[in-house]
Amino acid sequence: MTVPSGIALGPSRKRGAGAPKQAKLKTPWLFIFFCMSPWLFGFLGFTVYPMGASFYQSFTKFNLIESPEWIGLDNYKRMFFEDPDFWQALQNTVWISAVSIPLRIGFAIFSAWLLTKPRHGRSIYRTIYFIPSMVPTVAGAMVFTIIFNPAFGTINMLLEKIGIQEPPYWFQDPAWSKWGLIILGLWGIGDTMIIFLAGLLDIPRSLYEAASLEGANGWQQFRYVTLPLMTPVIFFSAVTGVIGSFQYFTQAYVAAGQVNDYSHSMYFYASHVYYAAFRAYEMGYASALAWVLLAITLFCTLIILRTQKRWVHYPNGSLFK
Amino acid sequence: MSSTYLGSPEQLRASQIAKRNRKIKDFLGQVAAHSGAITLGLMFIFPLYLVFVISVMSFDQASNRELWPNPFLWDNYSQVFTAVPFLKWTWNTFFISMMTTIGTVISSVPPAYALSHLHWKGRQATFILILSTMMLPGQVTMIPVYIIFSRLHWIPSMLPLIVPSFFAGAFSIFLLRQFFVSIPEELTDAARIDGCSEFQLLLKIIVPLAKPAISAIGLFAFLGSWNDFFGPLLYLVENQDLWTLGIGLNAFRGLHHVDTSLMMTASALFMLPVIIIFFFAQRVFIEGVTLTGVKG
Repeated sequence: MTVPSGIALGPSRKRGAGAPKQAKLKTPWLFIFFCMSPWLFGFLGFTVYPMGASFYQSFTKFNLIESPEWIGLDNYKRMFFEDPDFWQALQNTVWISAVSIPLRIGFAIFSAWLLTKPRHGRSIYRTIYFIPSMVPTVAGAMVFTIIFNPAFGTINMLLEKIGIQEPPYWFQDPAWSKWGLIILGLWGIGDTMIIFLAGLLDIPRSLYEAASLEGANGWQQFRYVTLPLMTPVIFFSAVTGVIGSFQYFTQAYVAAGQVNDYSHSMYFYASHVYYAAFRAYEMGYASALAWVLLAITLFCTLIILRTQKRWVHYPNGSLFK
Repeated sequence: MSSTYLGSPEQLRASQIAKRNRKIKDFLGQVAAHSGAITLGLMFIFPLYLVFVISVMSFDQASNRELWPNPFLWDNYSQVFTAVPFLKWTWNTFFISMMTTIGTVISSVPPAYALSHLHWKGRQATFILILSTMMLPGQVTMIPVYIIFSRLHWIPSMLPLIVPSFFAGAFSIFLLRQFFVSIPEELTDAARIDGCSEFQLLLKIIVPLAKPAISAIGLFAFLGSWNDFFGPLLYLVENQDLWTLGIGLNAFRGLHHVDTSLMMTASALFMLPVIIIFFFAQRVFIEGVTLTGVKG
């Protein structure tokens, strides 16, 4: 938490008590209200009201044209007992989170670590690693479905050349399509990597020197110096990863559209909400889905938060600087 | 008796050998480091290489999975503009992104200022509230917001994509506020004592000092909007005149017969501005990402 400095708390008290200027130092409430108003009205109009409305609608049958009709818990019952697509979307989402979040964190640490090694040309490497994360999502997904195409794509040709006889059909094969999406995600790791890189560069050299004097080899240095000091960044990416993966939509939607994913292997939770709301116009049901999504993300975040004490080391002892 | 540390000739030679070994080891280490870094770099760059080479290939060449265009069909780039309304999509995307950037910048600076340099009861609680809204999945608010815009008869139009940006997003407030707190309080206090009004203080002192952070949120807003797919999918799909690059590109297959090379040409044109922006603003960018990640 931010602890305001003494000066910040009471400038007037410190600078000559009783001076006439003291009154002017107090900010008028009107000005504070004016400053906060863009956020405040946005918060009320785009967060508070919609949350309330969507919570209410989750207990109704509502198709946009007729007014909402109260049906109690039917939407929730339908989700769990009568909607196989819900279970498939949930299963796909859990699978991709479980595989891609650890992979992304590992790959981000690895590429950031690799970046700290060369003494020269670091910024060139950094630029190259970062660029793919800037590529617009739709373009990235389109490009990947093309180059991973089993018949016309370059990737499988290269895999055949290096001796892999029957390379996977990637996006066209339900067993491999998610791996295609995961590779697409890893390709755009750049922004996560930058955060890890900043964390790595923050670790004082003296710690490594001390470890090396104690006879620690490269791996031990990584395991006992680097990794513990990186836990706050790992924690941060785990939390944002969980929240992000339940909203994973665009890549899957574009890739599924490009290859006609009839088996629904790239149908994730966010896709299910989208189809329920904006294709079937079942706003009530979609709201219920959204609230279950919120409950799941909250639950996962709380679990990660709970375990935090056991594995996250904060050198400064707090989450907020 | 003081012993000399220069050592015998043997010891001296041994230390020279050790020094040389260290140098060799260091050199080999650097070779390994660069080979690793280059290998990974090639993996990152390879898909982009394919985009650019396939974008100037003929359809036959692209289908034959060749790695080098022969000849270079630069004509593909002009064909994209005649095959689909590419110019219109680009303009739409640019217009929405520009308006979003303006909205984000002018609406986020005042709240970030109030959360860093003004002192009021509930400031900390408000800040934590803003942080927690960043965690809120968009799905929970999306449907009622859609209904509001549909009641206003704003669908299909660009307004649902532009107007919300004028109501300060949590992320940009957060990023700016993180930067603002690094501006010393003494500075603002001194200005206040000199009779500077809060407005002047904000515009003449804080804003010029915070240029790097303001450019960062501007850039993020622009790119976020340029890359956005979901928003346009909800609000613009019904009117083809309003389509953005993302929507247009995704519909490419339906609009045009499946022409791999032309799809790559369009993708290349879609990502080019972003990559150019990145080269010009790399520092702002990386600092911005770092600011949100580490201090978060």
